[in-house]
Amino acid sequence: MAGLVTTFGSGAMTNSIEEIDNAGTIMVIGANVTVAHPVISHRIRRAAQNGATLIVINPKEIDLVRAADHFIQPASGSDTVLLMGMARYIVDNDLHDKEFIAEYTEDFEDFRKSLELFTPEFVEKIAGVPWDQIARVAHIYATGKPSSIYYAMGIAQHSHGTDNVMAIANLAMLTGSVGKLSTGVNPLRGQNNVQGACDLGGLPNVYPGSQMVNDVVIQEKFEKAWGGELSGELGLTHTEIFDEILSGTIKSLYLVGENPVLTEANSKHARKALEEIDFLVSQDIFLSESGKYADVILPAATFAEKDGTFTNTERRVQRVRQVIPPRGDSKPDWWITSQIAQAMGKNGFEYQDSSEIMDEINSVTPIYAGITYQRIEKTGLQWPCLDENDPGTKFLHKDGFARGKGRFVPLEFTASTETTDEKFPLILTTDRSLYHFHSGTMTRRVGGLEKLDGEEFVKINPIDAKEFGIEDGNWVEVSSQRGTVKVRAKLTDICRPGMCSMTFHFFESPTNEITNPTLDPVAKTPETKVTAVNIIKCK
Amino acid sequence: MAEHFKLTIDGQTVVAEEGMTILDAALASNIYIPHLCNHPDLTPVGACRMCGVEVDGGRMVMSCMTPAKANIDVVTDSPDIEKSRKVTMKLMIMDHNMDCLACEAAEKCDLLRVASYLGIQPDQLENMRPLGRDLPLDTSNPFFQFDANKCILCGICVRTCEEIVGLSALGYINRGFKTVVGTFGNKGFVDSVCESCGECVVRCPVGALVPKKPGIATREVRTICAYCGVGCGMYVGVKGDQIVSVRGDRESPVNLGSLCVKGRYGFNYINHPDRLTSPLIKKDGEFVKASWDEALALIASKFKESKGNKFAALTSAKCTNEDNYLVQKFTRLVMETNTIDHCARL
Repeated sequence: MAGLVTTFGSGAMTNSIEEIDNAGTIMVIGANVTVAHPVISHRIRRAAQNGATLIVINPKEIDLVRAADHFIQPASGSDTVLLMGMARYIVDNDLHDKEFIAEYTEDFEDFRKSLELFTPEFVEKIAGVPWDQIARVAHIYATGKPSSIYYAMGIAQHSHGTDNVMAIANLAMLTGSVGKLSTGVNPLRGQNNVQGACDLGGLPNVYPGSQMVNDVVIQEKFEKAWGGELSGELGLTHTEIFDEILSGTIKSLYLVGENPVLTEANSKHARKALEEIDFLVSQDIFLSESGKYADVILPAATFAEKDGTFTNTERRVQRVRQVIPPRGDSKPDWWITSQIAQAMGKNGFEYQDSSEIMDEINSVTPIYAGITYQRIEKTGLQWPCLDENDPGTKFLHKDGFARGKGRFVPLEFTASTETTDEKFPLILTTDRSLYHFHSGTMTRRVGGLEKLDGEEFVKINPIDAKEFGIEDGNWVEVSSQRGTVKVRAKLTDICRPGMCSMTFHFFESPTNEITNPTLDPVAKTPETKVTAVNIIKCK
Repeated sequence: MAEHFKLTIDGQTVVAEEGMTILDAALASNIYIPHLCNHPDLTPVGACRMCGVEVDGGRMVMSCMTPAKANIDVVTDSPDIEKSRKVTMKLMIMDHNMDCLACEAAEKCDLLRVASYLGIQPDQLENMRPLGRDLPLDTSNPFFQFDANKCILCGICVRTCEEIVGLSALGYINRGFKTVVGTFGNKGFVDSVCESCGECVVRCPVGALVPKKPGIATREVRTICAYCGVGCGMYVGVKGDQIVSVRGDRESPVNLGSLCVKGRYGFNYINHPDRLTSPLIKKDGEFVKASWDEALALIASKFKESKGNKFAALTSAKCTNEDNYLVQKFTRLVMETNTIDHCARL
């Protein structure tokens, strides 16, 4: 998200899902949409059938490739180089949108200079794909407008993930492909309400509505609204929290619906932190692998047992309604948090229902100010929605960028932190399954889904498998610097030779115990997409 | 705005819109023309031969394939039309499994509806020699099954997978009497590229593609799917206090009624016996049931000792906006720190 904030001024999907229907060119990079966003993939495939040119860029030959017009299979971790190569082709062939660049952007010349490094020879060498493939898709992207880019964790989960995102933003600005219908840069958000959790301040640096915690004016506004003193100091991020638990600084952790023991990169570190912390509260619908370390467990209601709103990947705030009463003595999360606050003697948490919380959100969050339960009764509204009469925003950056001018960022080549060597000769990337969700706490308890996909496999190219003496279905040990997981092998040529792939849904083979935790210095996203590993057949 | 015009159907003047077929125009004016292979979401193919009509006294045309035009005179029923429909219908029923009472489609079956409209009698079927099809059931998918013996080859499932899902996992296999719908190589649903989304099951007009555990809901609630970031609108069906069904919300601009396998079929975890149903406090390494008051009092006393940099909260991308707002307000206002994060990066 940080990459888009730097370049455009706002870190969300620029366009709406329905705009897929009218795109001329759709480029999907680092996103396995058929498994992670299935209903969006239906729409992308429909658009491709109806005439849009579909370009898929992924180190794996994902299912969407079957519907694609063009497919590029670069080496893991080479996205920035590939995208800069595309930009270079566009500039060298005079396909860039000079009017758009002059009117809406800044720092183009610096960016242009940074393209010098990315010669066809250099790009071919790093990305491992022929230049003419890259040139062809660059040409289509620049000329087959309206063009839009969709990306997900395959772009972000790298030590240089922010560079990858900025490379995408550069490419879009270069061709004037932002701020118009069916034209933009679209990060697909993974979880149902990851957009909302970000929007509502579930981050260490911002209050709701991306208002910075270290801005004095904002701090005073919230102090007044909430009636109490607030800290102007930035908080710690996910991975840093576990470091500070192990260093002894953090004594209490309030874990709401998270399962870091399976989802955190190098999850052994998280597991150790949870073992050592003084006081852990786990609030969840099931006793998760992480919950086992808790001192107190609080039973939460599922989405079907409470009222509220979710914000989807296209910034649409939609109404969630209670379908059945909560099971047993479980309670909605908002109720639990408000009770803890009240038990601590604090005023300002006496809510009767979720709509009272939304009223407060409206009053302190400008981009949500006009989104009331009454207005979203039938159809959700897309933020920014600044007041009761604002119809919401279908696509962002119309008539200029959120930050004023779109900023071109010159980029260099940064290699992934782990490269292959004799000891760890393969690159492991992580992926998802259509049939499971995240750490599997929900989907692994649905018999039919478990029947469709009940076991982890490490997917490996037959060429590599032959070299490692592995046959289809063999039990193998996959090891990195950080540890080893045992799993069965599936031979498939969807992986490039030299790379293998695992999901992280299965507690029996906790992939994230071995993944690369190196963080992107800006976004603090771990490099789970590039881990050097070795594979040995079990005896 | 689409242009409107007038035409006559069975002597009635009706208004139609540019782009409508004769069948669309009739149905929009509440005039029934029997049909089996037409579906409002899909390209018409004229396969079932049921919707034949006579236009301006000319020969019979399929109303699903014929554009409505201004001032035409349409007749939906005549001795010739009825004869044609009856013969076609008998051929269709001839090798159809007629186990109607035990059939999942039951009152939703379009074949039954059209047959009764035409007044097909059992004795009319006797002089035909049924083929006695006994094709194997495909029960490979855990959520739905396919019975080729009940399939009428309307092609709605084939077109749904192609036009709605964009996948084309289904097609026609063989030719002539032996034609069946199936996956590539007829290997069964789970061994094909099928993504188990169930869009074909929703649209099957007979009992050929049916859910394995059909839930008959007594009421439905409109809400949003809680799996991925797409945020599909859906109706959740309830019987008693149990969730028994999920269907897509066609009014939602996000999914236009479509759902994926997780959204449509992945709801059983809600009633799973593993659900936490009471607060638990760890005593001597074991979790012991506790009341909310006990649990809250313990948490309050411990949290009071760890304000500021001694505290961290991890909130959830699965919870609602309201839930998340309160966790961050609590962390910032009560615990006096900005150390709150969630799994946005994972």
